[in-house]
Amino acid sequence: MKIQNPVVGFINGLMVTIRSTLRRPVTAEYPAIEKRLPLSNRFMGFPALTWDYDIEEPYCTGCMVCVRECPTQCMSAQMKDNPQHEKGLSRRRKIIESFEINLGRCILCGICVDVCNFDAIEMSHEYELSKYQRNANRVNLNQLLDMGVVYQNKLQWTPKQPQKNSGIPLPPKQSEDSS
Amino acid sequence: MQVHQQVSEYSDAIDLMVNMGPQHPSTHGVFRLVIWVDGERIVKVEPHIGYLHRGSEKICESEQYSQIVTLFDRLDYVGNLNNELAFCLAVEKLTETVVPERAEYIRVILCELNRIASHMLFYGVYGLDVGATTPMLYGFRERERVQELFESVTGARMMHNYIRIGGVKEDVPDDFDKNVLILLDHLKRGVDECDRLLSQNEMFLARTKGVGIITGEDALDYGVTGPALRASGVIEDVRVTDPYSIYSRFDFGIPVGSNGDCWDRYYVRVEEMRESIKIVEQAISDIPDGDISAKVRRIIRPPVGEVFVRTESPRGDLGVFLVSDGSDKPYRVKVRPPSFANLQALEYMLEDTYIADAVLVLGSIDIIMGEVDR
Ligand code: SF4
Ligand code: SF4
Repeated sequence: MKIQNPVVGFINGLMVTIRSTLRRPVTAEYPAIEKRLPLSNRFMGFPALTWDYDIEEPYCTGCMVCVRECPTQCMSAQMKDNPQHEKGLSRRRKIIESFEINLGRCILCGICVDVCNFDAIEMSHEYELSKYQRNANRVNLNQLLDMGVVYQNKLQWTPKQPQKNSGIPLPPKQSEDSS
Repeated sequence: MQVHQQVSEYSDAIDLMVNMGPQHPSTHGVFRLVIWVDGERIVKVEPHIGYLHRGSEKICESEQYSQIVTLFDRLDYVGNLNNELAFCLAVEKLTETVVPERAEYIRVILCELNRIASHMLFYGVYGLDVGATTPMLYGFRERERVQELFESVTGARMMHNYIRIGGVKEDVPDDFDKNVLILLDHLKRGVDECDRLLSQNEMFLARTKGVGIITGEDALDYGVTGPALRASGVIEDVRVTDPYSIYSRFDFGIPVGSNGDCWDRYYVRVEEMRESIKIVEQAISDIPDGDISAKVRRIIRPPVGEVFVRTESPRGDLGVFLVSDGSDKPYRVKVRPPSFANLQALEYMLEDTYIADAVLVLGSIDIIMGEVDR
């Protein structure tokens, strides 16, 4: 690369600056809610649990696959027998009893979403970690479901495998077959 | 060697030992540099590393193969996708997985865009190192555009976990081609603008020309790779000399410098962004349809063996050495980080320069401490 006359280089640089002053700014003010940059649909925020509106229960069965596959071991889950299943209202034999994710430890990798067979967990669009209490980033089942509901409503979320994962009980002529 | 001789030569004259870092804004992370000066002239430097050591290589031994990709994201946290690619290539070589064409193209496009983003960061930060605050804003503006594209494809701006063993995580969105072309248009103009703003500026030239010179042979001896080596006039780029993935299909040049000084190291990167744009253009024009991932098990158990893979990350020659004992976790993962090797030449480059240039020379190597310390 040939070195130009220094004056030319200087003036060229000035021209760039002058032209840029006439452009629209590309920066956004962060904390103001209405001025935030829009998130793309695929944005991966914290994981959240999804809610099955058809029969009003979570999709999650507490199978613990995500707990085992998480690279940071930041989640824990416990399952219980599903009372709705006993009444014949749901196809899910087991249901989640308690679920905790330590969001401060989660690295937003999305592995839990990939491994879940029940479409029960999704990367929501929440991304803010600052809290007023020390342990407020350990979120429990209800908070996770709340996050999930916000996400589901925002994106009009539908399960990826609706046939397999719907909790609506099968018609009686097929023998009882749980998820 | 020479450095130590100089110390003894000047030992009476040394009058100050300056400690720079570890918490110094221009050390690009946490890096400590002890400098012995004689007046304004540097007599000897002693780099101290390890402040960001997280034991990544050791943690790899207790994680499954698919989980390790997330750790590689965090080595070079500016060129994440290039690092993911290096590890995935290593596992694929060991398991003899054939990656579908479409996945290869997506990988190359994203990796080259990542290279541009990384060099843009260098451009901005190097401007700051020199003392000019304006280039930082230009560099970050262009980088932001690339990251917006990454967000729409991978879901994350930095730690993507998108390149997986056997392919990529999911197919690109429908408007990917269109968005990439728009982005390339912006980037072409952006690179030209950045070039015009800084490269020929008289003050910038005065600060960087002839500073921190390293000759081609010495750079090779020190194990310097990547743009820092090419600036010394050595034509060496893993994408060309030892092609991996599908790089042999693309037509692009290797920019080389001639003097091996700071300005050459800077300008090689600017030119490299232009070459990367060419690669992305070619890749986007003939990206095929098809699968985006080979059939791999969720828990990967490669056969017993060892494998070494080298790739060209934005900073140089990134090598991954992987030993498998047949279980679902690797026996040993060794990373050969380019920044670590490039940093070894710092002592040589700083020899007999002024103390005001120490930050400049350090900045021109473009180190990422996450990769140096692992
Ligand atoms: S989120 Fe999915 S993988 Fe995790 S426990 Fe619930 S059903 Fe199982
Ligand atoms: S996103 Fe990753 S780190 Fe976070 S809970 Fe899921 S698997 Fe664990």
